[in-house]
Amino acid sequence: MTKLNIWISKNQNKMTASIAVLIALSLISDYLLHFETIATVFMIVASIIGAIPVALHAFGALQNKVISIELLVTIAVVGAFIIGEYEESAIVTFLFLFGSYLEQKTLEKTRSSVKSLTKMAPTTAELVNEDGTTETVDVDDLDEGDHVLVKPGGQIPVDGKIIDGIGYMNEASITGESTPVQKSNGDKVFAGSIADNGTITIETTSVGEDTTFGKIIELVEEAQDSQSPAARFIDKFATYYTPAVLIIGILVWIFTQNFPLAITVLVLGCPGALVIGAPVSNVAGIGNGAKNGILMKGGNAVNTFSHVDTLVLDKTGTLTTGKMSVTDIDNFGKDKNEDLALLSAVENTSDHPLGQAIVRHINDLGITDTPKLPELDTVKGQGLVGQNDDFKILVGNERLMKANDVKISDTQRKAINKRMNDGDSVVLMAVDQELRLVVGVNDQLRSDAREGLQALKDAGLRRVVMLTGDNKVAAQRVAQRLPIDEVHAELLPEDKVEFVKKFQEQGSTVAFVGDGINDSPSLATADIGIGMGTGTDVAIETSDIILVKSSFDALAHAYTLSKKTVANTKENIIIAVGTVALLLLGLVVGIIHMGSGMFVHEISILVVIFNAMRLIGNKSSKLDSNQVVSPAN
Amino acid sequence: MAKVILQLGDLTCPSCMTKIRKAVENQDGVSDVKVLFNAGKVKANIDQAKVTGNDLSSVITDLGYEVKKVKTKELA
Repeated sequence: MTKLNIWISKNQNKMTASIAVLIALSLISDYLLHFETIATVFMIVASIIGAIPVALHAFGALQNKVISIELLVTIAVVGAFIIGEYEESAIVTFLFLFGSYLEQKTLEKTRSSVKSLTKMAPTTAELVNEDGTTETVDVDDLDEGDHVLVKPGGQIPVDGKIIDGIGYMNEASITGESTPVQKSNGDKVFAGSIADNGTITIETTSVGEDTTFGKIIELVEEAQDSQSPAARFIDKFATYYTPAVLIIGILVWIFTQNFPLAITVLVLGCPGALVIGAPVSNVAGIGNGAKNGILMKGGNAVNTFSHVDTLVLDKTGTLTTGKMSVTDIDNFGKDKNEDLALLSAVENTSDHPLGQAIVRHINDLGITDTPKLPELDTVKGQGLVGQNDDFKILVGNERLMKANDVKISDTQRKAINKRMNDGDSVVLMAVDQELRLVVGVNDQLRSDAREGLQALKDAGLRRVVMLTGDNKVAAQRVAQRLPIDEVHAELLPEDKVEFVKKFQEQGSTVAFVGDGINDSPSLATADIGIGMGTGTDVAIETSDIILVKSSFDALAHAYTLSKKTVANTKENIIIAVGTVALLLLGLVVGIIHMGSGMFVHEISILVVIFNAMRLIGNKSSKLDSNQVVSPAN
Repeated sequence: MAKVILQLGDLTCPSCMTKIRKAVENQDGVSDVKVLFNAGKVKANIDQAKVTGNDLSSVITDLGYEVKKVKTKELA
């Protein structure tokens, strides 16, 4: 029995093909050669071959107390066979089997986005043995602590730490960042990323499903199966609907005594397109997201996100890149380049983010001189001080200047105030009691924040709210350049949660976008938590939607995609229900029979799958200029 | 305790899912059975003293589904 089962499931397509041949032969013998007996024999053989796999499926489901579509078809076919309608029975089984073949082929397409993701997962690794030799092993055979070798162009097989070598890693599959990052001794590397150059040895920390990449794949795989509310409803509906069709068929038989009509009802009532319609939209929609770096945790998340009307954003690390950069420099000394070289040299000694931004900026200006410096001391909360026989240098904030009696002229005061009004952090440099440089440093706005937010509003978002722990000036500075409706500043993480709750009480469906590190409570409280930024474990766990690429273009795409997926699901349900209704009407009018009914059914199944496939090709919507003309404020 | 992941051939009928899940759940020492329809995977936690990944594989094969790969992972 088992062997027969496997043989049949492996050869079902060949069986379907042979039925097609038999039916064709039968029709030829009947209409061209007029050998009616031979024609009938062909149809009988075709019916039997076709009925076996269908009946086996039906029986298997019945063992689990499930009344399946296959059972309806089996009864109908056996019924047609008993009353001698061999042509009907053969054609119905053929259409049903051919339909499942096409269904399988097209379903593969809707699953293809995720399959391609899975294929990117590493399968083998170069294990370094204790004697220094290497061997190729399956990644599953690796353990924590194993050393693996990665050659230039090779894929990192595990999550781990570099213990030898240096190289540029392309981590696009994990962080969405396509510019290779240089990594060396002690740096973390991720499975699934590519070593663009350099040979490195890695000490394994996690393998397979436990790696960040493995978790991403697992999340998407599970998401595709987690049903939307519509799908769950249909599923429940189908468990009652299918037996109901069976009962109706029996009732029709009892009351009309018309057996052919009763078995036709069984075929026409099949909920094929209905059962497949809702899940297939989900699979295609979530697959499209995964391909574009948007990980949506299942049909529920898609559905809720499509209803979101209020978007709450964190500022730092979300609307801004979280990376400091220099906004402007005012020079009051004689030689600007010399002063900048001095500033760069001083800041190079500190690892403060402001200092590093300044060093980067001055390097980018092409100033690479390294003047001699006196010994530097750190004054906490003020800056750095250095003095030798030649000169005294001060680098820090205004308090440092005051403490050292540096005079600030009116023009200098104006320059400082201007920077502060813009919300910048201000770094001052004085040499021998003379203020020479005023530098503004700020967190940079993401380049596509404005276009992305505008696209979200165009797609139906009602309100955009920015919450930040930063001061009011800095918050306002960012908000006025963006289509943001509300700004609340100087908030603690728990205050942000309160705002999310308040909006929910007002009846809004709220999405919160954050980096998943200090925003976890808000991400969890909001109807939809959207993790933006790196693929950290925290973000993966607390968010409903994860944007692998930290971009607002991706956020806007996710929003429109969720709306399209929900609309697609509805279309499919309408197509499916409409088909059954039309078929029953056709039956009453007398133009639909068992064979043609089955044909229409199979067509409707293909129609819903093709409809869902439209979601796969729906590429990331590039914003065009006329979408961004009118910011809301 | 160990986690077993079985990679099956493509699943096409949603009712296969129920069938596979129930059959695997009925084995002694098996808990948290998950059948991923679209990925064609079965995941379950097992008590290795009572059952092995290969046992589950043969249960699924007996139902008439192809098992491509069995992976067993010790849980800490």
